[in-house]
Amino acid sequence: MSRDITISVLKFNPRDEDSKPEFVEYNLKETPGMTLFIALTKIREEIDADLSFDFVCRAGICGSCGMVVNGVPTLACRTLIENYPDGKLQLIPMPAFELIKDLSVNTGKWMDNMSTKVESWIVSNDEVDITKIEEKMDPDTADAVFELDRCIECGICVASCATALMRPDFVGPAGLNRIARFSIDPRDKRTDDDFYELIGDDNGIFGCMSLLSCEDHCPKHLPLQNKIAYLRRKLVSVK
Amino acid sequence: MKITYCDALIIGGGLAGLRASLAAQKKGLNTIVLSLVPVKRSHSAAAQGGMQASLGNSKMSEGDNEDLHFSDTVKGSDWGCDQEVARMFVHTAPKAIRELAGWGVPWTRVREGSREAVINAKKTTITEDADRHGLIMSRDFGGTKKWRTCYTSDATGHTMLFSVANEALKNEVDIRDRKEAISLIHENERCYGAIVRDLITGELEAYISKATCISTGGYGRIYKQTTNAVICEGMGAAIALETGIATLGNMEAVQFHPTPIVPSGILLTEGCRGDGGILRDVDGHRFMPDYEPEKKELASRDVVSRRMIEHIRNGKGVPSPYGDHIWLDISILGREHIEKNLRDVQEICKIFNGIDPAEEGPKGWVPVLPMQHYSMGGIRTKKTGESQKLSGLFSCGEAACWDMHGFNRLGGNSVSETVVAGMIVGNYFADYCIDNELDIKTSTIDKFLAKEEKNINTILSLDGDESIFKIKDTMQRLMDKKVGIFRDGVHLGEAVVQLEELLKKTKNINVKSKAKAGNPELEEAYRVPKMLKLALCIAKGAQQRTESRGAHYREDFLKRDDKNWLKRTLSSWPNENDTMPTISYEDLDIMKMEMPPAFRGYGAKGMIIENELSTKRQEEVDELREKMEEAGKDRHQIQDAMMNFDLPMNYREKNERMGEK
Repeated sequence: MSRDITISVLKFNPRDEDSKPEFVEYNLKETPGMTLFIALTKIREEIDADLSFDFVCRAGICGSCGMVVNGVPTLACRTLIENYPDGKLQLIPMPAFELIKDLSVNTGKWMDNMSTKVESWIVSNDEVDITKIEEKMDPDTADAVFELDRCIECGICVASCATALMRPDFVGPAGLNRIARFSIDPRDKRTDDDFYELIGDDNGIFGCMSLLSCEDHCPKHLPLQNKIAYLRRKLVSVK
Repeated sequence: MKITYCDALIIGGGLAGLRASLAAQKKGLNTIVLSLVPVKRSHSAAAQGGMQASLGNSKMSEGDNEDLHFSDTVKGSDWGCDQEVARMFVHTAPKAIRELAGWGVPWTRVREGSREAVINAKKTTITEDADRHGLIMSRDFGGTKKWRTCYTSDATGHTMLFSVANEALKNEVDIRDRKEAISLIHENERCYGAIVRDLITGELEAYISKATCISTGGYGRIYKQTTNAVICEGMGAAIALETGIATLGNMEAVQFHPTPIVPSGILLTEGCRGDGGILRDVDGHRFMPDYEPEKKELASRDVVSRRMIEHIRNGKGVPSPYGDHIWLDISILGREHIEKNLRDVQEICKIFNGIDPAEEGPKGWVPVLPMQHYSMGGIRTKKTGESQKLSGLFSCGEAACWDMHGFNRLGGNSVSETVVAGMIVGNYFADYCIDNELDIKTSTIDKFLAKEEKNINTILSLDGDESIFKIKDTMQRLMDKKVGIFRDGVHLGEAVVQLEELLKKTKNINVKSKAKAGNPELEEAYRVPKMLKLALCIAKGAQQRTESRGAHYREDFLKRDDKNWLKRTLSSWPNENDTMPTISYEDLDIMKMEMPPAFRGYGAKGMIIENELSTKRQEEVDELREKMEEAGKDRHQIQDAMMNFDLPMNYREKNERMGEK
């Protein structure tokens, strides 16, 4: 027996002068294994062709579809309708990002700014000769770097973060995680002093209020709490 | 009229496009990348299992080199590939991986000492030498002689994409996302850029460049059941086709991956089987050894996919509300291995199907079924990546038919192609931009812009009774059913007729909202006709190719026909109002091949209609090899004598390896 479900979406088009933010309710039948990706696609195809949202991989890998579901920021593609016993889901766009329309927000722009601010790349003067055998790297170190490199920049940690909502220039848990990632990568030659220059202020490591909502909601289960605390203690000792 | 001028324009911001942008930017060109989505969201991120490169570091890859990688790639392609391009590729792949290591990809590394692995469903001990400790590790994939696939757990595409995207940010490449190229600007058979629609404001603008490189990936979404991301609609290939000049190559060569999960179609990497996972039927029986006693689950993808469907047709599928499926069992690898090396796979199984694949026994088995996965076909190019017909138009990655994959791509070769082609084609592309001037009138640009504006207005004014969503859905189901894994003349003929009807129906739709921005239905309305043109190229090409080669399998023509079909299909769309592609062919020259056509090693022998030149060329090649070996020449000199190839930059230099002089 398929259930009747109700999906309520906060619709608003900031580019349309006549548009006012309002909740629009859609009623549909649940199908087995239905995710929000399937439900929203169905709504667009059959009920409201004007509804905007973002999906790319629909497999929890690309980080496009972050939204707030019944008050919790999460990846919509991995949200199973069957996990909502009353069959009611309320969707609003993630805060902290520029709203494009309805559920679509500009996380890409935010993440590019963050990446540029924290210099989210290997910094080194060593030239790699690509015809020669690669430099060795300890397997455990490689695994540890990979562990932090799993961030998909979906923005859920940012939407969960009180500091990010108050300080538009805060690099967010995602940005701090990038620094944590490069600080343990032996190929990156930056020192703690260099990292302090990048994030040694209230828009960086000292902006975090340790509310830890970032870690609670991270779909990749990154150890944000530990890494941010460690980074802060390390950078406090600089200067 | 809004016009943006640049030296080098790249359409598509996945791994191939971003790597090509770095090639152009580093040569001092003003480079712009346009992308449908933030570039780190590109479908490249979904590549899980790894990247093939013959480093030969680990025990199971010892003795690997370019020659073995080349031979695997050519056999995998069922001799449909361009062997010179395959050589260029295998020679550059080790350099690509080492470059990426320098840019921060945390490749999984070799660990000295013994470990247990599952090979052919048996526990086996592998011992790595101390001098290899810390070098880049590799795993097994289908259709390869050695363990050649380098990886970062099962998130290889993700780590590669982030490293390359951040490298592009570091080098200040101008990346503009939520921009969609909807047509190419061209005059006198040269491409000058594109008309681009801003997906936020709906505004149309012209991007003018000395050359344009399309790297928009594949066209999997033409099918209903696909592993591809929702953005993989083949728009890059479609706008090239719509120039009426550029051609598309081998569009009928479509790969079906054996193990997407049912019903969502999310891919479970080939690494599952590469690491030792097996396929089981309704009785729990491991059936692949019955069909392919030698390679079993690790035969080429096209072979495994067909055997799975064949087994289901024999009544051995597992019934489910979504139709019959097969079980994938990775529980035999053990929880520790899964939670370290197949973590995303485990997460996908848990979240979407409520199955923990690490649980021993049938509880941990995962439902899988072959689905569309990869587009071997694409914009037909020369070896430099430039269109054979339209000067100044380049293409690389899955969007291109450069042609290193022929009729079947090996697992691990696609993510490898993205960066390798980004390096090679990116450099040729940059050189073109350096060597050529811009000489286009603004009146020409205006003409192309006006045409697209008119098209959007026309679509919004249509007042028919067809729904664009329904047309798309019908096309996708049709492609699954009639242009799928098993093909025959009757169904392909029906598909061609029905697709043509659907294309005509797109002129009789009605878009409900008339807004020019933030209107998803409008986007479908201008994309679906383009998708239908690609679908027609696939179906028509498949209908005319009366043989079976690689992933193209005709039940009414079971043999590979080297006598009549050792050729590449070329599709073009010369007149805007055509409702059918124009098909022509390009011969493959056996007498220039380093590896003349032979038995591929799967199924029964005698399934080839031989070309007499194959034997002749084989004798020639054997004789040359023998002579040169006697004269003490090394493998590089012998290879060079058999089939010479060129590469830009220092990519032609030898690749250093442990244990090789």
